[in-house]
Amino acid sequence: MAATAGAIDCDIHPSVPGIEALLPHMEPHWRDAVVQRGVHELETIAYPARAPLTARPDWRPDHGRPAADIDTIRAQALDPFGTSIAICNCLYGVQLLMSEDLAAAFATAVNRWVATELLDRDPRLRAAIVIPTQSPDLAVREIERWADDDRFVSVLMLVMDEMPLGRRFYWPIYAAAVGAGLALCIHAGSTYKHPVTSVGWPSYLAEDYTAQAAGFHAVVTSLISEGVFAKFPDLVCVLAESGVTWLPAHLWRLTKFWRGLRAEVPWVVHTPAEIGRQHLRLTLQPFDAPTAPGLFERVMEHFGSDEMLLFSTDYPHWQFDGTAVLPDGIPAELARKIMVDNPRKAYPRLSKGGQA
Amino acid sequence: MNLQVLNRKQQDGRTRLAIADCDIHPSPKSLEVEIYPYLSRRWQSHLSTYGMIYRQGFPTGPAFPKGQPDAARRDAYPPGGGRPGSDLDFMREQHLDPNNVQLGILNPLRSGQGLQNGDLAAAYCRAVNEWQVAEWTSREPRLKASVMVNYEDAVSSVAEIDRLAGNPNFAQVLLLSRTAEPLGQRRYWPIYEAACRAGLPVAVHAFGYGGSPVTGGGWPSYYIEEMVGHASNSQSLLASMVFEGVFERFPTLRLILVEAGFAWLPALAWRMDRAWNRMRDEVPHVTRPPSELVREHVWLTTQPMEEPEHRADLLDIFDWIGRDRLLFATDYPHWDYDDPAHALPVRLGAADREQFFLGNARRLYGLD
Repeated sequence: MAATAGAIDCDIHPSVPGIEALLPHMEPHWRDAVVQRGVHELETIAYPARAPLTARPDWRPDHGRPAADIDTIRAQALDPFGTSIAICNCLYGVQLLMSEDLAAAFATAVNRWVATELLDRDPRLRAAIVIPTQSPDLAVREIERWADDDRFVSVLMLVMDEMPLGRRFYWPIYAAAVGAGLALCIHAGSTYKHPVTSVGWPSYLAEDYTAQAAGFHAVVTSLISEGVFAKFPDLVCVLAESGVTWLPAHLWRLTKFWRGLRAEVPWVVHTPAEIGRQHLRLTLQPFDAPTAPGLFERVMEHFGSDEMLLFSTDYPHWQFDGTAVLPDGIPAELARKIMVDNPRKAYPRLSKGGQA
Repeated sequence: MNLQVLNRKQQDGRTRLAIADCDIHPSPKSLEVEIYPYLSRRWQSHLSTYGMIYRQGFPTGPAFPKGQPDAARRDAYPPGGGRPGSDLDFMREQHLDPNNVQLGILNPLRSGQGLQNGDLAAAYCRAVNEWQVAEWTSREPRLKASVMVNYEDAVSSVAEIDRLAGNPNFAQVLLLSRTAEPLGQRRYWPIYEAACRAGLPVAVHAFGYGGSPVTGGGWPSYYIEEMVGHASNSQSLLASMVFEGVFERFPTLRLILVEAGFAWLPALAWRMDRAWNRMRDEVPHVTRPPSELVREHVWLTTQPMEEPEHRADLLDIFDWIGRDRLLFATDYPHWDYDDPAHALPVRLGAADREQFFLGNARRLYGLD
């Protein structure tokens, strides 16, 4: 039996097989618009189709996109790990579109495709609701569309959007999520409405991927400084595919500046380190650290909590080989927390049985 | 307003451990009196008419209002008037003498770097270089100047570095971190080449205005976000230098990241190693793991020192970075000044302490 038997995988990435798969899930007006205008695939430059990171060699099909149908997902992501539940975070570039209406049409279509092609076909699957972040009004409407379907357990946003995600512009989204018992999942990725770094556009994908961690620094700073967690005390924020090991040092720095500058953000009444432990969760893969003896334990010490990590494979992205998804030498009790207990606490709907 | 300024008793610094302060900010008392003499009439007139225009909207203040006027310690205003950091005698009395600063590196800010008008930027940087010698280093041998360059234009930067190469008043070339493009890109390479030729390290101080939002996800609301963001910004510029192959092209280049903190470096190096392992064919010019390149080429000043909840966690960070790579700095006279008597939250042995507070800087700057 796999060491991960029974685990709850909080970050897998089914691919929309192609834009034509979404057409049946669109209203006639938008279906016509997509066809007549020749709208292209919305895959993004964050994961170029053939880049090594985008799909592990043994998870890469001869034709088409990885993780694009239920049989493949079962055979590659669920069965080998003994996964009990896996949460689908579909990274189709809906959030990049400039038109909020077009984005809303695609978000609905992606969610319908996920529900019918994946969730209806395997009871182990759950999903995040893809929303048009371009418009909080339309995003809330999309959340409400799926609010009664317990198989949707979270709301998905990209870490780098048009504005830092703590800005009040986005608060209606958080109100709707908390009201429906949904977690907020902030995933690596950018809408590319700004350069991915604060010093402009990089040259290489390696830099873009490295910069995703900086995107997470900024989003944590923003959520805390803007008072999102003061306004929404029940909000749980899952940081997915962030790299993990950056968080402690970032919270130390934010806490130090908060001591000197808290008059600017008087609604922040606890240390950012405490707020982080209460509200932030991180998916396990990728885990940015070498496999040196004792290192994982030291990093965990720096977190000051064993409740923040959530098991993930990041399937089909190439973060590890075989089934070696857990850090070397992880104590059994901690592994159990990461794989089962922590995810159950992070996603309130996981305890509801997953009824459509 | 309820405002109380601590009256700190000055100690006799001679009994204290000697230190290097690798980030001191001097200011002119008056631009007209101290800087204009080194500018041509054309630029004097231009400044009087148009002022200094950066890539941000306010001509008389920062994009994010700071936590304190001028971002300064309330007690750092010289009794004789002028801005904090503008009076050498008062700096000696308040900082250099009581803290037994043996080596102080001057990093002038608002010195024309990143101005929209590149010709003005180059002329202004040159003027500030003359001013640092005339008003500071020639009068106080403990202080060393920075070669200010208009880094957005490599041609004028190289000319200024070449002009001052070998001048013992200058210890480093200084850039600001918020550049127009990532610092690894080719347009900046001649600066590194000239710095290596002159035997000077290149320091990159947090701040500046490059035109891009402070975060990859747009503009935040608060000064605290800008301040915390400087660390992320420095990480992006470092990743750029690594993945563009700067350290392999210029094997004698020494990079100092100033006022960006340091505890983030291990996680960044691990992340870059992973990205490099996965995407080596994208960057074939990078022939060694990023963590190795960083270990060889990068130094960091310590202020603002990260303060973990469990202080001893900082010792892990020291070990992962390398204890020989950290340079103590106070950021005098700014509000977030790190006091050498209190800033280090962990105990170090005598040899480590000496290295941390002085030895690393003396070796890096070739003063041993």
